[in-house]
Amino acid sequence: MKPLRYALLSLLALLPLAFAPVQAADEIVVYSARNEQLIKPLFDAYTKETGVNIQFVTGQEGPLLARLKAEGKNTPADLLITVDAGNLWQAAQEGVLAKVASKTLHDNIPAHLRDPDGQWFGLSIRARTIVYNTQKVKPADLSTYEGLGAAQWKGRLCLRSSKKVYNQSLVAMMIARLGEQKTEEIVRGWVTNLATEPHSDDTQEMEAIAAGQCDAGIVNTYYYGRLMKSKPELPLALYWPNQNDRGVHVNISGAGITKHAKHAQAALKFLEWLSGDKAQHLFADANLEFPANPQVQPDPLVASWGAFKQDTINVAEAGKLQARAVMLMDRAGYK
Amino acid sequence: MSAHPGTGAMAPGRLGARARRMNSGWHIVTLLIAALVALPILVPFLSWLHPEGEVWRHLAHTVLGELVRNTLVLTAGVGVGVLVLGAGLAWLTAMCEFPGRRIFEWALMLPLAVPTYVLAFVAIGLLDFSGPLQTTLRTMFGADLRLPAIRSTGGIIIVMVLALYPYVYMLARAAFLSQGRTLLECGRMLGLTPWQAFLRVALPTARPALAAGVALALMETLADFGAVYIFNYDTFTTAIYKAWFGLFSIDAAAQLSTLLLLFVAFAFYLEHHFRGAARFHSGGKLAHERRFRLTGARAWGATAAAGVVLSAAFLVPLAQLLVWAADTALSGLDARYIEFTLHTLALGVLAALITVSAALLLSAARRGSRGNLSNALIRLATLGYALPGTVLAVGIMLVLTWLDRGINSFSETWLGTPAGLALASSLTALLFAYLVRFLAVAHGPVESGLERITPSITQAARSLGAKQREILWRIYLPMLRPGLLSAGLLVFVEVMKELPATLLLRPFGWDTLAVRIFEMTSNGEWQRAALPALALIVVGLIPVLLLMRPSRTKS
Repeated sequence: MKPLRYALLSLLALLPLAFAPVQAADEIVVYSARNEQLIKPLFDAYTKETGVNIQFVTGQEGPLLARLKAEGKNTPADLLITVDAGNLWQAAQEGVLAKVASKTLHDNIPAHLRDPDGQWFGLSIRARTIVYNTQKVKPADLSTYEGLGAAQWKGRLCLRSSKKVYNQSLVAMMIARLGEQKTEEIVRGWVTNLATEPHSDDTQEMEAIAAGQCDAGIVNTYYYGRLMKSKPELPLALYWPNQNDRGVHVNISGAGITKHAKHAQAALKFLEWLSGDKAQHLFADANLEFPANPQVQPDPLVASWGAFKQDTINVAEAGKLQARAVMLMDRAGYK
Repeated sequence: MSAHPGTGAMAPGRLGARARRMNSGWHIVTLLIAALVALPILVPFLSWLHPEGEVWRHLAHTVLGELVRNTLVLTAGVGVGVLVLGAGLAWLTAMCEFPGRRIFEWALMLPLAVPTYVLAFVAIGLLDFSGPLQTTLRTMFGADLRLPAIRSTGGIIIVMVLALYPYVYMLARAAFLSQGRTLLECGRMLGLTPWQAFLRVALPTARPALAAGVALALMETLADFGAVYIFNYDTFTTAIYKAWFGLFSIDAAAQLSTLLLLFVAFAFYLEHHFRGAARFHSGGKLAHERRFRLTGARAWGATAAAGVVLSAAFLVPLAQLLVWAADTALSGLDARYIEFTLHTLALGVLAALITVSAALLLSAARRGSRGNLSNALIRLATLGYALPGTVLAVGIMLVLTWLDRGINSFSETWLGTPAGLALASSLTALLFAYLVRFLAVAHGPVESGLERITPSITQAARSLGAKQREILWRIYLPMLRPGLLSAGLLVFVEVMKELPATLLLRPFGWDTLAVRIFEMTSNGEWQRAALPALALIVVGLIPVLLLMRPSRTKS
């Protein structure tokens, strides 16, 4: 027995496994933190329309970003699709995205939904708003996010965990608008008013509101849409807060072209296509979100919730202030 | 039974020159493997080069105290729970006779196929305020009825105990079976009651197996993020993810992970230290002996206990998943599920082969050497199971991309063309990740198998003129077979359930059933995850049933 030789031989045997498939020329490689079932229909539609093949891998935002960074100039990825502006902002900070100047994207996507620097672009809007139990709350009782911190809501509020980025973004935007001190008071008020420990997702939270464990909460609208589609009998309704001042907090899912993209031109074409009419429908409607392109009408169900004023502060602020928001929520005891 | 200081079975001094040369060759290979596996586990330590004072100050001032307390409570609760449940049920099915024993002895392994996060989301779906149970009770007893909350410390401990007790059950059962009854009867003859015999003879003798089982359960508890996230129960792992995803500090996350590792290493050291040098070898063959026949209330009590555990950990969750799948998700069933299943199987089998081989090599090498370096490296290499999966996955990726850069500069210089990311986005990367993560899982059963091969056996063989190769093929492998099989099947089940490394390192198109569950749950669609979760459990049943076969024919 020659162990060293065996070891080398078995390493050699593994070698064919090592080589990644060779990439064709008219192909785009996507890393996506948006779920497969929400993006694959878009990829299929684009391939059908243009013949360009799209390779993709899905995953969690943090690890995908770490992977992009570690791969550096060797990365196969051309496009990074992710949910939440905070993640896109972080990707830009880490220097893995490329600056893009595109008139199409400029025209299609409103300024507050894209990076001022042109490194990433919002493709759908996710509104985080108030949901309430229609048997226990009148819309007149509701006004603002801040209002939910008031004493009249004691023991009546349900919230999702502060570990979810949606809440981190919401609080970050409140810091941007109201300042850190005021925001902390409000968040402390929310925590005092909680009827039960924070839930780990929006659907659970809404089911608790419907079941009467609490009366109101804060959720993303597409969770509401999905729940009401499957259980239309639930006594739940949406409320658009802060309509007399800054408007409803919105976040995005979006995309940016990677700095070391091998198919940068093809990826840009695809990104522009994503901001256009047909793709915007597919992108937003698949998950009952709002199209980022204001020319495109939302899904009829989404439209039925009524028009609302959205906060037009640039969503990049959510990234800039996210760490401060997390620290603030820790101080306030928001778990 | 003999208790003696652990001397190596193949101590170099006793071998001939040829054997020694060969031994040193194996030794180098083994060291290389151990070093390679240890590398990603060491990567997080590099983060200490970048101090993250602000994040640390913040955590220390706000949540860290509570997180550490929560983690200690959780590990203590889960540790005691899996020990009592695992050892108790193993004792019942291995040594006693009661109605339904022949079914329970294998059925109690089934929860191993249910991922902890699946059990957690089923528990919440079923038992939370808005779930069917409480809703029904409220319609019966009035809307003001309040039950103890499932989303609580007690709730998460129960869920984790139910998900993790099979590790202890499996190893304890094998240990009890191999002890046989003679040992106990010696105790009885010396005047012990049956309970005393169990507590003072059977349990201490099974200690290595129990410790290995509890260690696996606790490492999984410490590394868990899925179940604690679903319960919104903040542990030390929560701080790691908070630092990384919330505060955008991957360095602080890595630093926190190293503390977790040091804690586990210290716990191992303590266990090892207090176990001392004692080794237990059961002299007899695996006995076909009479079991203690339980009668009357005791017999039915045993049946009820096993039945309750099996229902709570497996049957009820399975039923709930079936209901959800029928309700919502059958529409999602398509041809791709064949692909997901095949990928899951292929990865599981390959990883099991590689990991068990490595575990065997390392264990054998450790017995053969007294070197402190190899000992330390091997200890380190089996710590990967205690790191949160995502942190470990990134560590592995960093090592691989670093190797890739080396390969690239080599191929650019010598071949004039870059190799791209030959390693980091390949199947090899993923299999390597499984090796790093699950070496600990394979290590336990292999090690306890090796401990059964006493030095006297090898000495006897050698004195009869057996060559090293003959000793390996005719003594080691047959005696190790059950241990290797258990190790392989455990790794298979673990790989099947694994998520973070699979997500990050899988090549394009290599989606598995666990990835499918992630796609649904990360979007909050728990009930649509029922279908892939069911498929996962069904695939997982195959090895669990295989795993139980040898011990069933034995008893």
